[in-house]
Amino acid sequence: MKTVSTNNVSADRHDDHKPSGIGRWLFATNHKDIGTMYLVFSCIMFFIGGAMALAIRAELFRPGMQFFDPGFYNQMVTNHALVMIFGAVMPAFVGLANWMIPLQIGAPDMALPRMNNYSFWILPFAFTLLLGSLFTPSGGPAGGWTMYPPLSLQSGNSFPMMIFAVHLMGASSIMGAINVIVTILNMRAPGMSLLKLPLFCWTWLITAYLLIAVMPVLAGAVTMLLTDHYFGTSFFNPAGGGDPVMFQHIFWFFGHPEVYILILPAFGIVSEIIPTFSRKPMFGYDAMVYATASIAFLSFIVWAHHMFTVGMPLAGQMFFMMSTMLIAVPTGVKVFNWTTTMWKGSLSFEPPMLFALAFLFLFTIGGFSGLMLAIVPADYQYQDTYFVVAHFHYVLVPGAIFAIMAAVYYWLPKWTGTMYDMTLAKWHFWVSTVSVNVLFFPQHFLGLAGMPRRIPDYNVQFTDWNMVSSVGGFVFGFSQLVFVWVIIKAVRGGPPASAKVWDADMPGLEWSVPSPAPYHSFDTPPDVH
Amino acid sequence: MFKRKFISALVALVATTPVLAYESSYNMPVGVTPISREVYALHMTMFWVCCAIAAVVFGVMIYSIIKFRKSAGAIPDKTLLHSTKMEAVWTTIPVIILIALAIPAARTLVTIEDTRNAELTVKITGYQWKWQYEYLGKDIAFYSTLSTDSNEARQLHSGIDVNTVKDYLLSVDHPLVVPVDTKVRILLTGNDVIHSWWMPDFGVKKDAIPGFINEAWFKVLKVGHYTGQCTELCGRDHGFMPIAVDVFSKEDFERWIAAQQAATKVAHAAPEPSPGEAIAMTSRP
Repeated sequence: MKTVSTNNVSADRHDDHKPSGIGRWLFATNHKDIGTMYLVFSCIMFFIGGAMALAIRAELFRPGMQFFDPGFYNQMVTNHALVMIFGAVMPAFVGLANWMIPLQIGAPDMALPRMNNYSFWILPFAFTLLLGSLFTPSGGPAGGWTMYPPLSLQSGNSFPMMIFAVHLMGASSIMGAINVIVTILNMRAPGMSLLKLPLFCWTWLITAYLLIAVMPVLAGAVTMLLTDHYFGTSFFNPAGGGDPVMFQHIFWFFGHPEVYILILPAFGIVSEIIPTFSRKPMFGYDAMVYATASIAFLSFIVWAHHMFTVGMPLAGQMFFMMSTMLIAVPTGVKVFNWTTTMWKGSLSFEPPMLFALAFLFLFTIGGFSGLMLAIVPADYQYQDTYFVVAHFHYVLVPGAIFAIMAAVYYWLPKWTGTMYDMTLAKWHFWVSTVSVNVLFFPQHFLGLAGMPRRIPDYNVQFTDWNMVSSVGGFVFGFSQLVFVWVIIKAVRGGPPASAKVWDADMPGLEWSVPSPAPYHSFDTPPDVH
Repeated sequence: MFKRKFISALVALVATTPVLAYESSYNMPVGVTPISREVYALHMTMFWVCCAIAAVVFGVMIYSIIKFRKSAGAIPDKTLLHSTKMEAVWTTIPVIILIALAIPAARTLVTIEDTRNAELTVKITGYQWKWQYEYLGKDIAFYSTLSTDSNEARQLHSGIDVNTVKDYLLSVDHPLVVPVDTKVRILLTGNDVIHSWWMPDFGVKKDAIPGFINEAWFKVLKVGHYTGQCTELCGRDHGFMPIAVDVFSKEDFERWIAAQQAATKVAHAAPEPSPGEAIAMTSRP
């Protein structure tokens, strides 16, 4: 990949001056401050969304309705998804991009710092609007995060609040994406050609293009919902000549690339961590880049596999089955390359590596169930059951979220300048990994045995696995407090971390600046050759 | 045909395996229609293929984790950077496996989509939150809602132990009745929002969408009582609109039809029925 000259000891020589007070955060233009705000915001949202998940698991612990009205249960299901997707996972990736992309490409900051500030500060307003809708007299949105009409059109006053919240989130994501693209394409250190770009930057570059391509599609879809509800249009209303299935096509044309938006940066993170702790360069770097690009391309032509049961022509179902199965090929290439990177390496198992390995195993399990879901006749049995719930939680929780945790454990010493409590972090890892499987694996069984998703109560035959799943859910949820405690402890102090942090030979530029990374780094571009 | 033989052999194999018993709490039902059995065979084939791939891939990962530990003195081989040959191999082999899986899946799909030559057609309409069944050309129609005992037990703080309720949340007042060994075509639509009609034992799931009429079919091979649920979020009581189907012998079905038609006539003859009652709310004999 690339080598780094040693003379770029950075930038604290003339200006490590930070603005003081609340203004430092409100008017922040520094990529590190904005990155920190994104990460703190996503952590708060992770716990809010997690509390909703625990409410769901509490109600499902045993059959019969114990705690909630079914309408409130539907609000929890809907908001858990919106908060986790748009509030926790996406902002966490943008936060990591803000912190790490300039450090990895040797740039002094993001290309568009004021837009960066704006794109972050939209989010608290968006989520105040969304979560505030839960307190309207008719309650929050309850039609599922997929907002299928005509059901979503039955919502009360929460409806426009949700739509405007989604608009704001979309605007924020697009601005973040523009910033990433402009930064990576224009601000790389001299000598860093695109095929020397760290894989985290590569996956984010491709993700950013996906965001720009599909967020406007979502905005269009929800705007049509809004006009159907309030302005008498009939885009999706069959009584007025509209088509409710068209919404699903438009939504999933956004929605499928969206799921890759949630996983491609995770691929990038794992591609940074596995080589480091295998003490060996990434195997098949070029293949990894091309595989990422292939996945991004395929993500645009598979959307209707989310809707096999709506009644499509045979040829349509065949096409979407085949194109979906094709995604297994580049995804397989990535898994094989990670595995080969470990082959003949010299492995050690610090917390980031542990989370990356758990990602490798558990994301692959999610990939297998995804392949099963692609088979249309079998999908008729899986569709909208807990089998699907198990599938997408496997790729999103031990997939995307474990990758985010791996990234935090990997780069935290670079951010704080201190080594965190390794023992506690390993406890966090083991409790999380065991409990996440107790939580989600039995959901495969529930779905296959016939339990639909999004139901607040169930027949007694599903009791056992629901109890197991709920126990796993509560252990997993509360074990995340350990994660927060590890971070707080590290921020408050600890043994100083070296510039390299890890006992390995990493090529990345982020390891050439001291720990903590100075407020202004790479004032002069480093020399890459 | 080879594929038929292959699938029936697979069904025979898995159906006789005790751990994959018919009433499983952790696997897909084999079901009682030719389609559900083909789907089950496809599902199990996919499952075992995934297991085989997992054994290889996870095997290599676990071997690496054990064998190439730094603490065991492993020296990294930094020359291992890329190999076009390897990339070609692990691109080609999955493509071959996928094609092999897609062919039987596509064949089953073609059979599923062939709704011709049905001997009985039932129109199913989804409502918030019940189903309506209309036997086309037979002047029989009725609603099917959650049974009263389940409905009472499922209220918040009802104090009723749901374990004492028969078929909790899966029993209805008027089940759909169809004859055995008969190709039954169903036409699905929604009256208010989108619902989805799922009968796991038949291998049938199709959305009931306002403004659309969807088609599906099943041919049940075994007399019995089967249950399923709505599988598209349709509002507050989405979890409380189950589906129940009674499969009768052909003779019993004819008797049932005759009884229903007689009851419908009585209902039609009754003075000034309100619009809601015009559809006879009848039960099986």
